[in-house]
Amino acid sequence: MKNPDLTISSITKKIIMAILGLFLIVFLLVHLGINLFILPICENHAEMFTEAAHFMGTNWIVKVFEIVLIAAFLIHIIYGILLSLQNWIARGKFRYKTRNKTKTSFMSKYIIYTGLLIFMFLLLHFYNFYFIKLGLISAPAAANLPIPQEEHFYELVVWLFSNDIIFSIIYIIAFIILGIHLNHAFQSAFQTLGLNHSKYTPAIKIIGKIYSIIVPLGFIIIPVYFMIFA
Amino acid sequence: MKVKLKIWRQKNAKAKGKFVTYILDDVSPEMSFLEMLDALNTKLITENIDEPVAFEHDCREGICGCCSLYINGQPHGPGERTTTCELHIRSFKEGKTIVVEPWRAKAFPVVKDLIVDRNAFDKIIAAGGFISVNVSSAPEANSILVNKEKSDEAFNSASCIGCGACVAACKNASAMLFVSAKIRQFDLLEQGKVEKIKRVQKMVAKMDELGFGNCTNTYACEAECPKGIKVVNIAHMNRLFIAAKVGGQKEV
Repeated sequence: MKNPDLTISSITKKIIMAILGLFLIVFLLVHLGINLFILPICENHAEMFTEAAHFMGTNWIVKVFEIVLIAAFLIHIIYGILLSLQNWIARGKFRYKTRNKTKTSFMSKYIIYTGLLIFMFLLLHFYNFYFIKLGLISAPAAANLPIPQEEHFYELVVWLFSNDIIFSIIYIIAFIILGIHLNHAFQSAFQTLGLNHSKYTPAIKIIGKIYSIIVPLGFIIIPVYFMIFA
Repeated sequence: MKVKLKIWRQKNAKAKGKFVTYILDDVSPEMSFLEMLDALNTKLITENIDEPVAFEHDCREGICGCCSLYINGQPHGPGERTTTCELHIRSFKEGKTIVVEPWRAKAFPVVKDLIVDRNAFDKIIAAGGFISVNVSSAPEANSILVNKEKSDEAFNSASCIGCGACVAACKNASAMLFVSAKIRQFDLLEQGKVEKIKRVQKMVAKMDELGFGNCTNTYACEAECPKGIKVVNIAHMNRLFIAAKVGGQKEV
């Protein structure tokens, strides 16, 4: 009997993972760009954030894009789990008794676990914002958000970061984990797509390292700001 | 030198294995690891202690790919670019236990003690790791020009001895370093162009079918490869795979 896992080749799955991963990396930049307006970086930053959030919530191109984005997330996660299951099975019934001593990056060894933790954060993130936007649930009553709530995410964010220290801490930890995930993922995606070249790979690795530090740090600054100044 | 060994003993493929500890009192630090195992077997036989430990070996000069052994958590033991036969007892500290296990992978079942069945590699090669050459007289040597850099790189890939350390080291028991080296050594040369597309498709399909894992770009294979095969081979294979997927013809 043919194994159903073999209908899509291992490399095809990896290539799909890599392409979607790079797509999510770009999306993260856009998301950060908007989020930074939560901070008082210019005079009317709150209005600009609200306007950006309104645009993202109503523009039809963005709405189509949103479906693509969710599909990208889901396929990236499902393939990640599928590949990991295959990998565990590939070791066989008997495992090594001694711990592996090969010098490899810790970031890549635990990529599936960091991935799963990010997925859990994503669920929390959906619960906190996206489901409110969809109108599935309403924001916590204590936040006292005016109706329509989806137009007042700025107030919601400020309220969450200023009042819920546990949320802020989870948020910060989640982005540290995301940084670890991206640290390996960035260059890994290029390698999977076959883009390994003695001239360019060192540059890709450096850009990946910078990206995996700067972008999560950008997200982390926001709760830290409110923890200090609010 | 006194050596304490913890070795995986398993009577046959179906038997339940276990670790057995042996102590060798008089081992020369200049002995190779396999010579030390020979000394152990001599002791086991002459003193009627146990059946000799089964392990694979052939050339004992690091080119045949026969020796294996997962020693203290590393394929071919400590040290870069060494096979087990080239590993010396001086690389170990006196009195410390040396744990010896067979390769562990679903596609490499244990045959006996430290010997695993690596036929899976032969099956992958049989699926597409060859080139078509006309028989009869040798072709004119200068009719196909090969650029020096490419020929060097092809040689580097071809120096894979197929020992399986990459599979043993990989947390996913993936054979991609082996498969990609075997693909790239032909792909870089003109003689390998005829089967270019089919080769990558068939070898990758066979690799998947045999139950090897996927690559997560951890590069443990590269770190443990006794021949220094680089992961650029894997990128090359992926690139070829994409090209074959996008540009390959439909089967007629």
